[in-house]
Parts: sequence; C-alpha cells; structure tokens
Amino acid sequence: MTVLIGQLFTGVSIGAVLLLIALGLALTFGQMGVINMAHGEFIMAGAYTTYVLQQVITAAGWSLLIALPIAFVVAGAMGVLLEMLLIRRLYARPLDTLLVTWGVSLILQQLARDIFGSPNVQTRAPELLTGNIALPGGITVANNRLFILALAGGAVVALTLALRVTPLGRRIRAVVQNRDLAAVSGIPTARVDRMTFFIGSGLAGIAGVALTLLGPIGPTMGTNLIIDAFLVVVVGGIGQLKGTVIVAFALGVLQATGEYLTTLSVAKVMVFIAIVAFLQWRPQGLFTLRTRSLA
Amino acid sequence: MTLIRGRRILAGAMTLVAAAALAACGSKTTDGNTSAGVAADVSGDTVKVGLLNSLSGTMAISEVTVRDSIMLAIEEINAAGGVLDKKIEPVGEDGASDWPTFAEKAEKLIREDRVAAVFGCWTSASRKAVKPVFEKNKALLFYPVQYEGLEQSPYIFYTGATTNQQIVPGLDYLKAQGTTSLYLVGSDYVFPRTANKIIKAYAEANGMKVLGEDYAPLGSTEFGTITNKVKSSGADAVFNTLNGDSNVAFFKEYKSAGLTADSMPVVSVSIAEEEVKSIGTQYLEGQLTAWNYYQTTPGAANEKFVAAYKAKYGADKPTSDPMEAAYISVYLWKAMVEKAGTFDVEKVREASDGITFEAPEGLVTVDGATQHIAKTARVGKIGADGLITEVWNSGEPITPDPYLKSYPWAGGLS
Repeated sequence: MTVLIGQLFTGVSIGAVLLLIALGLALTFGQMGVINMAHGEFIMAGAYTTYVLQQVITAAGWSLLIALPIAFVVAGAMGVLLEMLLIRRLYARPLDTLLVTWGVSLILQQLARDIFGSPNVQTRAPELLTGNIALPGGITVANNRLFILALAGGAVVALTLALRVTPLGRRIRAVVQNRDLAAVSGIPTARVDRMTFFIGSGLAGIAGVALTLLGPIGPTMGTNLIIDAFLVVVVGGIGQLKGTVIVAFALGVLQATGEYLTTLSVAKVMVFIAIVAFLQWRPQGLFTLRTRSLA
Repeated sequence: MTLIRGRRILAGAMTLVAAAALAACGSKTTDGNTSAGVAADVSGDTVKVGLLNSLSGTMAISEVTVRDSIMLAIEEINAAGGVLDKKIEPVGEDGASDWPTFAEKAEKLIREDRVAAVFGCWTSASRKAVKPVFEKNKALLFYPVQYEGLEQSPYIFYTGATTNQQIVPGLDYLKAQGTTSLYLVGSDYVFPRTANKIIKAYAEANGMKVLGEDYAPLGSTEFGTITNKVKSSGADAVFNTLNGDSNVAFFKEYKSAGLTADSMPVVSVSIAEEEVKSIGTQYLEGQLTAWNYYQTTPGAANEKFVAAYKAKYGADKPTSDPMEAAYISVYLWKAMVEKAGTFDVEKVREASDGITFEAPEGLVTVDGATQHIAKTARVGKIGADGLITEVWNSGEPITPDPYLKSYPWAGGLS
C-alpha cells in the first residue's frame, strides 16, 4: 500500500514534468500549428539561465526563484526572435518549418557547447528542496517534486486565466479559431502570433528551471525531452489545454506503474504501444477544438 | 559532466564493424609488411611514444586528465635521464570521442610516427576499436582504465583494475560488513550488465540475496520509480554501476527519498574524485566507492605524485584512479624496456613478467601471463571536502584474473 501510494506520487510527479515541458508546446504547436523542434533548446536555455544566475547569486534558494521570471523572458525572447526571423516566413510551409527549426536546435546546442563546454553542469538545490515530507505510514514525498508539481499547477492556472480573461487571450483564441476572420475584424494577427510564441517559449524556460532540480544541465538535454512533449500534445488533442493536462498525468502514472511492474525500457515500450493504439482509435487526440475554419 | 567510463562498450557492435572495415582497408594497402609489424624508429637520441586520448567531444573531460598524467610521467622520466639513454618524445593524437577515429589515429601513430608504445584510450568501445590495429601491427598499447574484464590481448597492457580487483573486493567488503541483501542499479549497456552477472554469481555463492536489478538508459534522468523500488526492497546496500550523468539524477532522487549512506549505503564503481566534484558532495557525502587508488592514499610515492600534479596543473585539481593508472603505465613501460635492453615489442613483452613499481597506490607487479597488473583493492568513503578516504583495503596486491578462472562461482560466466 505504501509503495502503491509512493508510486502514484512518482507517476503524478513524472506527469508534472511532462506537463511543464509540453505546456509551452501546447500553445505554439497546439494553438498555432507550428512544429518547433527547437522547443527543447528553449528548455535548455532556461536551465542554463538558472546555472548562470547561481554563479552570480550564490544563495541557491534565491537564485532559483529569481531564475523563474528571468528564464521565462530569456527563452521567450529566443522564441520571438525565431518567430520573427524564420517561422513567420514559413507559416504556409509546415514541413519546411520542421526542418528549419531542427537546424536551429542543432545550432543552439552547439552554441551551448561553445559557451558552457560540452560536459554537463550542475546547480546546487536549496537545502529545503533536497529533503522530503514524511507522511504517516512510511510514505515520503520529495520536496523538489512537490515544488515541480506546484509549479506545473501554477503554470496551468496562469495560462488558462490568461487565455480566458485577458484581452490578449481573447485575441489568441480568435486567431486560433479563424485567422482570416480575426484579421478582418481588426486583430493584428502577426503581433498576436508573436506574443503567443513568446509565452509558449517562455514556459519552456520555466520547465528548464524546474528540471535543474532533477538532473544535470547539458547541451543535449532538450533533445531528450522534445519527443515526450510532442507526444503529450498530440495525444491530448491539438488546440486544447485540458487534453495536455490530462494526458501528461495519465502518461506519467502509466510510465511509473509500468516501470514498477516491469523495467524502465519495457515501460517505455508499453507507453508507446498505448499511444499508438489510442491514436488508432482517436487520431484527433483526446479533445478536439471545433472550429469553422476550413483547414 | 560526461562520466561515461572505460570498459564501457557503447555501440560496441557498430564500432567493431567500423574497426574491422578499417583494418581490412589497412591490410589491403600495406600488405607486404603487416605480418612483420612495424619496428619503432629509435635511430636518433629520442624515442617517440604515442598519446591517444580524446581531447574533444564528450569524453574530453575525463581523458584530458589522463593525458596530463601521462605527460607528467614523461617529463619526470626525461628529467631523470630518459629511457635507455634516450629522451621520450611524446606524439599526441586526438581520438575525438569517436571510436573509428581512435583506430585511424592508432594506425597513424604506429605506421607514420613509428612510436615505441602508445598510451591512452578510455572507453571500452575505443579500446575494442584499436585492438585489431595493435594486434595487426604488433605494436604496444597501455590502457589505463578499469574495465569489465574478459579480455586479454597480447599487445595491450591493462594498468587499470579488472573485475577481481575492484568489483569482487567491493563485494567482499560488503559481506564483511554483514550485508546480506543487495539492490543492483546500472546503466543499460555491456559493462553494468556484465558486472551485475558477476555480482549475482558472487551473491548466490556467498549467501547474499539480490532483491532487484534495474537498468536505466545512458543519460536517463528519471529515477523516481527506481528509487522507490530500491527503498521498498529494504536491501542492506545498493551496488551502483550507473555511468555518466545518470549518477547526478540518481543521487539527487536518492537523497530526496530520504535514503542516506547510513540507512542504505551505495557502493559505486564509476565515481572518482573528478566525478564527486561535479555531482556535488551535498548528495554523495558518506557513500562508498570501490577503486585501487584515492588522492588520500598514504605513502611517499603518492605524496610526490599529488604534489607534482598540483604544481603542474593547479592546486584545485584532484588526482584519481584512472589518472594514477595512466601515470604508472609510463613508468612500467620504462622498466620493461630497461629490463629487455631494447625497444623491440616482442622482447619488451617477454621482459614484462614480474616487473614491479612503487606506485602511488602502493607496490604493483606486472603479470606477464595476462598483461594486467597486481593491484591493491580499496573501498573508500566520500567526505564533505569531495575527497575519498579509505575505509578498507585488500592488504596486499591482488593477482589479476580477467576471466575469473580462480573463482569457482564464476564458472558459468565466461
């Protein structure tokens, strides 16, 4: 029983990590339809931001907190730059976007290697986050995972609110639902696209900060994550945040359970088989957005 | 931090294919004299040796320290008069963390530079890639990293530990501590799987229980479930053969789960002083490692080595087991050459048996039959300062046994 609850928590926390890395993509890929292979490198940028900040601000707790907004802006700015210089010119050619952003991701990896060196680096976690909370019955809940869970929850709430109630959110939804109609209604779609990209990429930066609590920071950390992120968004259904949220946690629990019963590699295979089977049944994903657009 | 280590065979099959292809090409173009080998050029007043390490790419972090140690030994030997009255002239090549490149550069060092011996390689993959090149050309390689055993090339001297000088003594130590159950965690490739096979055979013969065995792909950073399994197994100790960055994620998770060196110690075989520095003592303090040498190993020879290394490369640079094994490999070669009275490879090999050297790790003896060396095994505890302090040693050098032939329980392994 103890193990079961412990495993459930592990699954939920894997889900929280998946959610964090997929949330930004749910916006840029899910809402805008841009296949951005460099999304993983924005996560890496967020992680390196934390590392650099810790060199300046040595108190691990403060540097982590300050890293959150700064990583958001750094990764967001990189996203906007990418959108303005390349993606904007390729909106009509989604397959070219895939290749171009993949090239950008390779360039960014090499850039990280040149700046920080190819060996991975580490940050020190604040003492508070290296411990755990012991619940009755011998269950322990790791503080860093609780923090990531809270961060993922906070990001979802903030993003949902932003999309529902702010004027920018309304414009984003309008552009997603029908770009042409939004344009003729006077919505500056190019600027909305840019803002959407800023927020989506910024969320990748936040995910990067969170990941420094779990593992090392290195030039290739993004490539390891990008596939999982795309899986979550595709299975969750394009254009819907709630699909992303549900699928992230479902895959997390499935992975943790499978891994507990078998081994890590077998669990990965199980997850992939489940995804393939699910997409056979519902190719459009868990939730779909009904729009009147012809595309 | 990439700590991917020695013995480790990544993409082994691919490398072998590449190396075989390369060897095939080589033998075609240079048909006439392959069987005879290439004699080293010792006509001048210097003798060339090759240094073959990755100076770029993912392995550079580790292999550069090995190169530095070899250079230190060469400088010291030259200052004392050289080998057979000839100064050593090092010729460096970059293996670039790419196994076919290692084979290509080895061929170049042997054929073009006509070196008397080559020092280097780290991963098992690179060693396996150059092995046919050295065998074909009848040239010598000194390999300085502990590895998975089960190998014995007539043209390679292995100055790092084989399994019976590191893993088996580590298990002996745990057994003496009263450990009756183990949990095995490793990276998913040849070295950990081979090592764990040996550990399971040992455990069965010694009344220990292996409560679980889990592998994570190289580079994996998600250890929530594995840590949960380890914790709920209630094992007395964990035997860790994880390699590279996975160690960082594993030890972070381990601490978060409330497991400590007191409640469930972890014995690692791939974490030396360099790696401790990069993982962070915050997570490692009190945990155990099995090696043959630590920076803190007592003795005049080690004090001299540590002082010389720090004087040359910086006071903050730690010395570690693979660095020490690389350093002594040059001295062992010198002793073999002087005993043989010539640089001729076959004569040097014949002279190798019984060569001894007062190494920083203590007295080592070359075993001519296996071309490995007898070394003292050690278990150490990681301290808050990042250094490792010995808590146990085997008392005397252990005779190398790469195929574990003298261990009855290991009968079914090789």
